[in-house]
Amino acid sequence: MDQLFNRKYIVQGLFIAIALILLGKLFYIQIISDAAFVSAESNVLRKIYKYPARGAILDRNMKVIVQNEPVYDLMVTPNEVKPFDTLALAQALDITFEDVRKNLKKARGKSSYQATPFLKQISVQSYARLQETLYRFPGFRTQDRTIRHYPDSVGGQLFGYVKEVSPTDIEKSEGFYKPGDYKGKSGLEFSYEETLRGEKGVINTVYDAHNTPQGSYADGKYDVNAVSGERLISGIDMRIQKLGEELMTNKVGAIVAIEPATGEILSLVSSPGYDPNLLVGRNQGNNYMEFIVGNPYRPSLVRPIMGYYPPGSSFKPVDALIGLQEGVIDPNTTFFCPHYYQAGNRKIKCEHFDGSISLRRGIARSCNTYFCYVFQKLITKNGMKNQRQTYQEWRDKVAKFGFGSKLDIDMPYERKGYFYTADHYDKIYGKRWGYTNVISQAIGQGEITATPLQMANAMAIIANRGYYIKPHLIKGIGDKNLVKKEYVVKNYVGVDAKHFEPVIDGMQDAVNTSWGTAILSRIPDVVLCGKTGTVQNPHGKNHSVFIGFAPRDNPKIAIAVIVENAGYGSTYAAPIASYMIEKYLKGSVSSGRAAQVEWMKNQNLLPLLVDKTKKIKLTKADSLLLKKADSAKRIKDSLRIKSATIKQTVTTKPKELKTALTDKPVIQK
Amino acid sequence: MQQQQGNRFFFNVDWITVLIYIALCAIGFINIYASVPPEQTAVFGFSTLYGKQLIYIITGLILGLSILLFDGRLFNVFSPFIYGGTLLLLMAVLVIGNKVAGNQAWIAIGSFKLQPAEFAKFGTALLLARYVGAFNPKFRDVKSIMIAGLIVGAPLLLIMLQPDTGSALVFLAFMFPLYREGLSGYFLLIFLGMIVLFIADFLVPTYILIIIITTIAGLFIYNNRRKQKIIFSTVLVTVFAIGYLFLIKIAYEKVLAPHQRSRIELMLGLKTDNKGAGYNVIQSQIAIGSGQATGRGFLQGTQTKYGYVPEQSTDFIFSTIGEEWGFIGCSVVIGLYMFLLLRLVNLAERQRSTFSRVYGYSVACILFFHVFINIGMTIGIIPVIGIPLPLISYGGSSLWSFTILLFIFLKLDSNRMGFI
Repeated sequence: MDQLFNRKYIVQGLFIAIALILLGKLFYIQIISDAAFVSAESNVLRKIYKYPARGAILDRNMKVIVQNEPVYDLMVTPNEVKPFDTLALAQALDITFEDVRKNLKKARGKSSYQATPFLKQISVQSYARLQETLYRFPGFRTQDRTIRHYPDSVGGQLFGYVKEVSPTDIEKSEGFYKPGDYKGKSGLEFSYEETLRGEKGVINTVYDAHNTPQGSYADGKYDVNAVSGERLISGIDMRIQKLGEELMTNKVGAIVAIEPATGEILSLVSSPGYDPNLLVGRNQGNNYMEFIVGNPYRPSLVRPIMGYYPPGSSFKPVDALIGLQEGVIDPNTTFFCPHYYQAGNRKIKCEHFDGSISLRRGIARSCNTYFCYVFQKLITKNGMKNQRQTYQEWRDKVAKFGFGSKLDIDMPYERKGYFYTADHYDKIYGKRWGYTNVISQAIGQGEITATPLQMANAMAIIANRGYYIKPHLIKGIGDKNLVKKEYVVKNYVGVDAKHFEPVIDGMQDAVNTSWGTAILSRIPDVVLCGKTGTVQNPHGKNHSVFIGFAPRDNPKIAIAVIVENAGYGSTYAAPIASYMIEKYLKGSVSSGRAAQVEWMKNQNLLPLLVDKTKKIKLTKADSLLLKKADSAKRIKDSLRIKSATIKQTVTTKPKELKTALTDKPVIQK
Repeated sequence: MQQQQGNRFFFNVDWITVLIYIALCAIGFINIYASVPPEQTAVFGFSTLYGKQLIYIITGLILGLSILLFDGRLFNVFSPFIYGGTLLLLMAVLVIGNKVAGNQAWIAIGSFKLQPAEFAKFGTALLLARYVGAFNPKFRDVKSIMIAGLIVGAPLLLIMLQPDTGSALVFLAFMFPLYREGLSGYFLLIFLGMIVLFIADFLVPTYILIIIITTIAGLFIYNNRRKQKIIFSTVLVTVFAIGYLFLIKIAYEKVLAPHQRSRIELMLGLKTDNKGAGYNVIQSQIAIGSGQATGRGFLQGTQTKYGYVPEQSTDFIFSTIGEEWGFIGCSVVIGLYMFLLLRLVNLAERQRSTFSRVYGYSVACILFFHVFINIGMTIGIIPVIGIPLPLISYGGSSLWSFTILLFIFLKLDSNRMGFI
């Protein structure tokens, strides 16, 4: 045993050290890290997803308004492709020889091991032709999916559209969406995505290193069947939705109709609209650019919930209600109307001559002076010094009607409108301001704006005599017909029911008397209560507005109609509302008015497009000329509708007489 | 005495080693069976990989037991001839060998393929043992180091010419028996230093390395500024080290084949390649890692069954063990090897004759190199070097050469009381 014997320990020590290093690394990759395990699973497992059918949507009469249609994608797995008859495939698919090569190259670029779409949504004919010959094209297979179909071709903005998920969607969904999945991007498809989408199914298959399937994984223990999305029942009445969109052709504006007792939306028209079927299928991208982005009237703006309009005269009933509730007026209060209202050094004009005017007539005749006095009384009731505070209180009371805040409709991108607090005016006028500064709000002009939905909702409040249920589109989710909690709660606005009758009297007169503002919109056998509005529009011609509800007792429908740049409320908005209501209540517009409906559908009221970038500065003389031309056209318009109506009365004289007779007792009521 | 006479051939054989040997062969067979595609395991036949391996194991065992029948002294006497024979075979393979995958390493005799490099290991071990045993050099002089270097270097060079870098690398294992016999520990340190510098040269820019080396040398010289001899040798080492750095760069570009370069770069993490050269290592690591603690179970490994790891029955057999038997199985295998290696060293130390001791150390260190490089490669801590896992990997040549290597030592050990 020499001294070198000790070197044995060095050699053995080295052996042990290396063994520990090996074990250390093994410990890491086998026990600490599970990266290898995950990779191993992804090596052998291929998940084939089964796409569920999206839930259908029915209207209030259980008519299917959104459904699914089967489509077939031709998928290709590039490294399974063997040389094939390119021409035969091209012919079967109705595409060119070059397309086949181009698509194949594109698929190869994506992945050579996984099936990628070769041609999406092939026609049923191509599919049938292909099925017989598919065996000749190894590596190709068809995958069936469903796409949306909208049988009535209306309600583009209402339903929204479904689109392949974007990378941001995938990231946000925390693993729910995978590339190639579809998702609702706007409208109902967006808000009810989680209900409609259903659950994806998955089939796990084991593959070997040569990408040959080796059968089901763990005997299908982890396979999941696809679960279809749940059915939705909407409050929409497709008959009036369709009529509304037809009436609004070539017009810019919105219609919102609500069932007051339930808050269910009966119709939500945004014009210009588009056929939702355009945003389905292969041409989705192109159509989107052409018909939505490319339309200068911006169909992407869902006007019923996103459009800001001053409510105009349609705000007056709210003024009256607050005035009555606060006791500053009673149903018999009269004010003297000298054809204008003097607020400080500003004059607010009236369009009628009545002299001393009462509440009922004030509403029917849409007297600006009357409501300016009401507003003046409201704001100054606590003395001139407390006007700021009183204004804020008034604002809060009006806000209870839903103005200035969102109504939480079940659609995305709802906006709340402007309705300023006292703080806002402090910033503009300092601490010293009074009713004269904000008087234009009395007649729904100036700073206040509202969405058509808010206006229709205000009508629903009047129809309900004091409360509203948040307007909503979907009244039943799934087989159990569930409805969201917030859509059954009554929201009271703090005005006693007794105060509504005088106001409703005025609104009834507006439509049903010879001196009302909306007399052209009478509906035979139905007491329509309403209010026209002619909204001053700083950007061009006045907007035509009508709000109303019917029938007077036990109202079934509350409505707001806005036609942009159309002139007087009575000319366009009011008739449109009356046709909608008649159709809803009676199932059809009485044949006496059918010709009017057709006439209305054919009216083109699209405003002229002004290229703002090339706007020429107008001289005073120019603008005067323009104003003259505008007012001339306005008069012509009202003459035209009158003549159309007159023509109608000539052709269907007996019926018109009848309706006139039935109207009478109602007026006397 | 009668009893001893009857058992003359197997007298004093270390049966524990034989048992470990059989255990490792059995582990090999089981895992080769698991790594063939499922459709081939349906019918047992001798044409399948595992069928052939079974033949190799049985013939190997017969070969080993028959080695025990020889007189131990014969190996000492005939070592120059065995060594010469293997050298001749190595030369012959360069001329008449079959080229497989770029390496001219095989001589085909009928359907049987012989790999001379495998047999060169015990030829070299025997002659080295004989040299050290006969002259008992302490490797303090240049001459004895040169002679030992020549004995190891000749077959190494011939194998490099095939070229089979992996097998050639194994010959570095002979450093350890020489170290045991007196070679200065500095040689091991220099060897270790060369490996460290080699890896560092890829990860750190050369000029930074030069700055580091000269700084260390400078401090060292400053500390020993009175000792002229140390200053001189330090300067010498520094110059060599810096020269070596440049040599690596040149050798890397000019000498190494592209596939070897990419293997080194992959191992050092300088590049990733999931499809090409890195595929083997990544798939092997995935297979081993997916075994987790207890493994997926015999024949349950998906990576194994569906052919994700190339060369699975030969060089990458450890990935099957890792996947199907998990960390526990890997520990058992490594434990068995360690037990075998430590026992071999202990056995070597109990030899009376230097010849037997040197040979014993050689066997242990060759096995050690194989185990370390092979397992290290499958788990990605060593670049891909294609050498088999002793006794477990599929293949006749390698199994038989390890059998011969081991059983010669067992025979020498059983004769340890006599003179060799």
